[in-house]
Amino acid sequence: MSEIPAAAPRTFVVTPGPHIRVAQTTASIMWWVNASLAPAALWGVLVFGPRALAVILASVAGALAAEWLGNRAMRRRPTIGDGSAACTGLLLALTLPPLVPWWAALLGGAFGVLLGKTIFGGLGFNLFNPALIGRAFMMATFPVAMTAGWSAPLAWLPRPLDAVTTATPLGALKEHGLEAAVRLISGPGGIQGLALGLRPGSIGEVSVLLVALGAAVLLARGIITLAIPLSVIAGTLLVTAFSGAPWLHLLGGGLWLGAFFMATDYVTSPVTRGGQIVFGLVIGVLTGVIRLWGGYPEGICYAILIANALVPALNLWFRVRRVPEAGSPS
Amino acid sequence: MSTVLLPGPAPTARQLILNGIFAENPVFRLALSLCPAVAVTTTVANGLLLGVAVLLVQVLSSVTVTLVRGFIHPRVRIPVYTIIIAVWVSAIDMTLAAFTPALYAQVGLYVKLIVAFAIIISRLEVFASRQPLVPSFFDGLGMGLGFLFALVVIGAMRELLGAGSLAGIPLAPGKPLLFFALPAGGFFSIALLMALFNWVERRTTGKSSAGGAGGTHGV
Repeated sequence: MSEIPAAAPRTFVVTPGPHIRVAQTTASIMWWVNASLAPAALWGVLVFGPRALAVILASVAGALAAEWLGNRAMRRRPTIGDGSAACTGLLLALTLPPLVPWWAALLGGAFGVLLGKTIFGGLGFNLFNPALIGRAFMMATFPVAMTAGWSAPLAWLPRPLDAVTTATPLGALKEHGLEAAVRLISGPGGIQGLALGLRPGSIGEVSVLLVALGAAVLLARGIITLAIPLSVIAGTLLVTAFSGAPWLHLLGGGLWLGAFFMATDYVTSPVTRGGQIVFGLVIGVLTGVIRLWGGYPEGICYAILIANALVPALNLWFRVRRVPEAGSPS
Repeated sequence: MSTVLLPGPAPTARQLILNGIFAENPVFRLALSLCPAVAVTTTVANGLLLGVAVLLVQVLSSVTVTLVRGFIHPRVRIPVYTIIIAVWVSAIDMTLAAFTPALYAQVGLYVKLIVAFAIIISRLEVFASRQPLVPSFFDGLGMGLGFLFALVVIGAMRELLGAGSLAGIPLAPGKPLLFFALPAGGFFSIALLMALFNWVERRTTGKSSAGGAGGTHGV
């Protein structure tokens, strides 16, 4: 009757590899993205007033409602807390004109999540950026509100006014030429209004500085890398360099918001460095082409959606190859 | 693919017609002729006109092929089928142009294209060239009715959402969701209705269907 020896204290934990452990989760990444978008969003509310706040809240509410509904209908575990739906709603709202009706933003957010993400199988399975799917849907459905809903900055502060409609810098550039665009942005705040964010435009794109600040946070935390955003900006610069106003194309539209926050979406961008650079260049070049020769003053939304469709091919063409000389074990 | 071609007792007329409308609906189950299903279905009336044209061409071609199938050499069967379809399409094209000129002006191009519709030639190849006259007639009738049904349903959904009206009767002011009247909305409408079709079938029969991907994709 020998006693069973007590197990020795375990000095080593033996488990199969890989052994990399990180604190990052999908939810933590998504909430960091949301947090780094917050300054630009708050600035948008400050510049464009309560109408912009209503658009942001409605868009997020639409996206969250669609996420909840989609998970319920498809009997999946609830993913509403991981922040991805809120991120979709917030990103969509930041690309919208401030005077778009709030119920349109609600519909756009819901459409983007439901038919841009849930229907493919949820987060990680979608082919296209859901926020931009929502925006493309709204462009097709509410063409007037989406192309004329721009407000002059700070116009809501004198109380009798609700808003003052105007054109965006890129819109003015397309319709009336460079002079009109310069006159538009040299209004309140002078020409530096372009950098400070006192200019007409989408809710989240106007303050390039605050967008850059949010992007810097994401870069510092290693959530995004510079490969995609830099190639997007380089691509646009390449096409617009000889158009007479490359600085206006760089700072006057949604290029930064799109390059740092939408083109870098993990699910809808290539996984390898080479693929990411080609992907970014395609977006940048298409953005410039649409702006200069296309029908719309701004092209980043459709450029990213078109490039999203190339991602499976880019992942195939730029996949990491095994080195045969090294004699791989398998 | 075809449940009705399995050995066993011959399917009844009712079975053949229901098979065309539901179990093997050309658009929602076989995913054939999606191009015209997207292109013309902006309103109920347009869908109805093309649907009726396809129904007539399908029935007449099926009957013709089943009558002459003994004389067609297998190697040249596809060109012969195409000529037979083209004959009936020409007749119906001219009839529609004469009697419904306003609608024909909108969807006339697609009526001519019925010659190349995958659903018609596939039914000739799969069914009418191997079956006697009466089943071929009812198969053509069922498939034609299925296509007509699909086009009218898609047209109704897109007209209701995109233009706020149904069969020309205005129900809502303005254009509620213009998206659905555009081509992109056509793709989404068909996909949503196809999903609904699959869901209803799964609920009613209790099994997942093998449809959808089963068809040969074509115009």
